Amino acid sequence: MNPSRWKAANLPRAKLVFATATLTLLATACSKDAPLNFLHPEGPIARKADRLWDLTFGIAVVIFVLVEGALLFVVIKYRQKSKNDAPKQIHGNTRLEVIWTLIPVVLLAAVAIPNVKGIADLYAKPKGDPLEVTVVAHQWWWEYRYGASGLVTANELHIPVDRPVYLTLESVDVIHSFWVPKLAGKQDLVPGRKNSMTLIAEKPGEYLGTCAEYCGLSHANMRLKVFAHEAADFDEWLDGQLLEAESPSDSLAAKGEEVFMKGDCVQCHAIKGTEAAATFAPDLTHFASRTTFAGSIFPNDTENLRLWLRDAPSRKPGSKMPSGIKDMGLDDQDIEALIAYLQSLK
Amino acid sequence: MATVATKTGIFRRPSAKTGLWSWITTVDHKRIGILYGYTAFAFFLAGGIEAFLIRLQLATPEGKVLDADLYNQMFTTHGVTMIFLVVMPMGAAFFNYLLPLMIGARDVAFPRLNALSYWVFLFGGLFLYSSWFLGGAPDGGWFGYAPLSTLGPDVLPGENRMDFYAIGLQILGIASIVASVNFIVTIINMRAPGMKLLRMPVFVWMTLVVNFLLLFAMPIIAVALFMMSFDRNFGTNFFNAASGGDPILWQHLFWLFGHPEVYILILPAMGIVSEVLPTFSKKPLFGYSAVVFSGIAIGFMGWGVWAHHMFTVGLGSVANQAFAVSTMFIAVPTGVKIFNWMATLVRGSIRLNTPMLFSIGFVAMFVIGGLSGVTHSIVPHDTQQQDTYYIVAHFHYVLFGGAIFGLFSGIYYWFPKAFGRMMNDRLGKLHFWLMFIGFNVTFGPFHILGLKGMPRRYYTYQADKGWNLWNMVATVGVFIIMASILVFMANWWISRRRGRRASADPWDGRTLEWTIPSPPPEYNFLEVPRVHHRDDFWHQKYSQDAKGRPVPVPVGAAPEHEADHDAGHNIHLPSPSYFPLIAAAGLPIMGYSLMYKWWVPLAIGLVVLLAGFYGWILEPAAEEEH
Repeated sequence: MNPSRWKAANLPRAKLVFATATLTLLATACSKDAPLNFLHPEGPIARKADRLWDLTFGIAVVIFVLVEGALLFVVIKYRQKSKNDAPKQIHGNTRLEVIWTLIPVVLLAAVAIPNVKGIADLYAKPKGDPLEVTVVAHQWWWEYRYGASGLVTANELHIPVDRPVYLTLESVDVIHSFWVPKLAGKQDLVPGRKNSMTLIAEKPGEYLGTCAEYCGLSHANMRLKVFAHEAADFDEWLDGQLLEAESPSDSLAAKGEEVFMKGDCVQCHAIKGTEAAATFAPDLTHFASRTTFAGSIFPNDTENLRLWLRDAPSRKPGSKMPSGIKDMGLDDQDIEALIAYLQSLK
Repeated sequence: MATVATKTGIFRRPSAKTGLWSWITTVDHKRIGILYGYTAFAFFLAGGIEAFLIRLQLATPEGKVLDADLYNQMFTTHGVTMIFLVVMPMGAAFFNYLLPLMIGARDVAFPRLNALSYWVFLFGGLFLYSSWFLGGAPDGGWFGYAPLSTLGPDVLPGENRMDFYAIGLQILGIASIVASVNFIVTIINMRAPGMKLLRMPVFVWMTLVVNFLLLFAMPIIAVALFMMSFDRNFGTNFFNAASGGDPILWQHLFWLFGHPEVYILILPAMGIVSEVLPTFSKKPLFGYSAVVFSGIAIGFMGWGVWAHHMFTVGLGSVANQAFAVSTMFIAVPTGVKIFNWMATLVRGSIRLNTPMLFSIGFVAMFVIGGLSGVTHSIVPHDTQQQDTYYIVAHFHYVLFGGAIFGLFSGIYYWFPKAFGRMMNDRLGKLHFWLMFIGFNVTFGPFHILGLKGMPRRYYTYQADKGWNLWNMVATVGVFIIMASILVFMANWWISRRRGRRASADPWDGRTLEWTIPSPPPEYNFLEVPRVHHRDDFWHQKYSQDAKGRPVPVPVGAAPEHEADHDAGHNIHLPSPSYFPLIAAAGLPIMGYSLMYKWWVPLAIGLVVLLAGFYGWILEPAAEEEH
């Protein structure tokens, strides 16, 4: 063979650069700018998982450094000195092999114990007085049914702080996965099954969530928000949401209501206090109180509503809501009226 | 029967030795191996282009390169391609080419069956890829989760896209099952005298384990795919919850196949590395038995960890605990292998030729993939990692940094044997370093993206998620990988034509394939070798002094066989046949017919298949003597 003319130094240098770079990269992963970053948990459930990660990742980093370092060292140290090298033909060493079989066993057992316990905790039903909410996944939006109160809402989940929220998870079409990384790990919503999970928020605020199981064309457009409130604020919110919609006084909005009830909208949507009672699409009773719509992907403002009502499928691939202009026969005035009506649904 | 054969000529065995026809009718394991290799590489390029488009789309937030529909087809096809049309058949290429050479046999046990495997694989791959021109490629993910994949256009675009998936994989599965039987029988029955099981090269051992895994795993996916096809086309409801079916049944079947499958993908590379490291360290593999038995242990334990793909499905805490623990402990035999490989290098005389660089790269990258794999077994945290780019990072470190690096190591190592010329070592090193850097620049950032919450299978993301920088870096890395592939292709092209002539034993090898000329004659071994040791060839070349150091046997005592054109004339070899091709051609015809519900062509496809088998049975055992 051709004795290599590649200089020995290149190998260690490149590997060191790589190892350093990897660690730096992993360190920067801990920066705070990412709303879905689960290495910065903001609730006790996510934090418990994060502690297990810290333990495992810590061990993994040590093993990584030791093993890659040893590999690098060995490759450099035992490079061919001469073509006539005659290394001793070692076939093995039982004691060594037993040792490096047992060390991983012990390390893994040490991690397995908290892991097994963590799993038991993860799936235990919360004690105390949990708020019970059923989450129903649809392509591509979330429906929330608040236990006894009968409230039905969509995409934006409001919860009280410091009180466990026990979610029952269902799906009407395909498999989805409910995930609010700052608060808890994900859990799938499977047609024909009732899964469950617990959320706990400690601080009032807004937490971003997203669908995590591939669910078709607009999988990337199925987000959600969790709003955590102090207990009193939550009760106030709940009372407001339980009110039925009132007929608008504004004439444009009133025309919008007429368009809504006589056109195609009523086929799929519900607005409590009106004849609209379909459940195929999001309940719009308090639509104007939401900050976002359509799987929480658009800010709830006039311009986005206009674009959405005119031609939903061009805004969200595969949208089950047909195009207002092309499919539902709406004209610009109808759409302006509908916007006014929707914005009256506070 | 002989009279029919002579009168009609239908059953005459083809006799071309060169040219296209000789390749089409070949039953020579070496040629079939080369066909597998070229075909798999062509699909590697296709899958690479898909990956490139995916990365272009994700380079920036709100990318406009692919729309949602095309993106979903692209990531599904990328996965299916790399698994079923690249890594598996590339493994098959090595099994085919090397297995008989390493065990001292003249061919596999069933040469025509071997040809059938290749043609079925080729037609299955082409069938899958024809979907791009017939309404779109599969778009339900390589894992094809029901009911997304079974409820039709209401939930997933495309009339037939997932039929291409279900039927295409079914056809490819047939190729794998047929091949697995062939290899298992070959290893068990056709070893040269003295080649006891524990004298077999580790690559042969890993081949044996992989093919047992294939034999048992492929029928499981076959059943699942039949159920999927029936749900899609004939109104059954295996996976339809609304009619009493269960979508989770699909997941259990799929992963009961799918987890052994990941060992099917990695073990051939582990076998290659176990050959390359000793050769280039001038030492035997450290702890041969431990490496072999840990490979077997992985093969067994691989059946008991499938539900770790399903930790977020809702199987309950007891199931999750059991599978978490089994998953953690499958790391033990894997770790044993890593340590033994490293110990092989210790006190060796290491030559850093291209095959060795790729093997060391394999070990280095596989360690990373293995460690991130262990973190997935921490269920409470896996519910965070699941379906994020952290997972994507993990399996690319195992399958690209692992399997692909190992396969490239094997390509550089055995190229001289197969083609009689050396690959250019400087270009090879350039290839390695570009690929090593490009790989880490691309897939290293995936860890960070995943931990920052970026989900998989999203065709787009928004600028406010904190994922912009690392997505851009990852996409830059793809260009480096592509450059490395171009270097490899150039190297192949040049080396095939003008590479330095290779001797029979250019690397100072240890196993039987290096005892015969490069490239090997059609009959492989002039005389069937007698095996007295593990690493038998090494022991022919070297004796040991009192301290266990190798001492070359005087030249002449270990004769090198040079090609002698008259030698081997009387060796009986299996005759070429075109019936495997005919039989295989029936399958895609049946596939299209089933999908489009064309009943007459379905019958025709069946007739073609049966005609192929009929001719196969009736053709004479050898071409007639003239």
